[in-house]
Amino acid sequence: MKINKSLNDGKLKLEIIGRLDTLTAPELDKELKETLTGVKELEIACNDLEYISSAGLRVLLTAQKMMNAQGEMYITGCSDDILDIFEITGFSQILTVK
Amino acid sequence: MKELTVLAKTDKLDEIMEFVNSELEAANCSMKVQMQVELAVEEIFVNIANYAYTPKEGTATISVDLTGDGALLRIVFKDSGTPYDPLAKEDPDVTLSAQDRAIGGLGIFMTKKSMDNVSYEYKDGQNILTLEKRIIG
Repeated sequence: MKINKSLNDGKLKLEIIGRLDTLTAPELDKELKETLTGVKELEIACNDLEYISSAGLRVLLTAQKMMNAQGEMYITGCSDDILDIFEITGFSQILTVK
Repeated sequence: MKELTVLAKTDKLDEIMEFVNSELEAANCSMKVQMQVELAVEEIFVNIANYAYTPKEGTATISVDLTGDGALLRIVFKDSGTPYDPLAKEDPDVTLSAQDRAIGGLGIFMTKKSMDNVSYEYKDGQNILTLEKRIIG
């Protein structure tokens, strides 16, 4: 997995490329914990996200909880397969998917 | 049937995935099915890696079998760790809000949702967890 980030005037965009699984989710978690301070708007771009497991969902949930307290968060660019996983797990109700 | 035995540690996940995917390729299944199988395999293997032998170490064996002219995929995990039935756990409430959601408890639920059948037995000192998925039609 690779993360591209751009921070602009309180808006953070993280592009996640590859697989968000047990082995890679801690990297995203670390990135979020280091970068979220002062962020008002968080976009997680999933155009090149190939796969997400429960470990990845847990990190998204943590991010959502943090952003609920300080601004807004939304997810963009998900494939149908990823959207299916959000649907099954109820994450489509928790996350804002655009 | 093909079989692979590895040390039950999370850093073996990629090796497990490669093994399973090399078998799936032969079956020519869709991307969606492949992802569902990967999800289930990851959740079960990581569970074993995190809990079966802690604080010691041990191995896990995974076998992949395609039956019925390749229509039914059967994956069996075996370990000799602490007896543990992951299916006995209650499903998480997937209707709760972000604030009320516990972190975790999702893995087994996702496994059940992704597979057609998931079963567990403890036999001859081994945890045996079987995943079944119809991959054609």
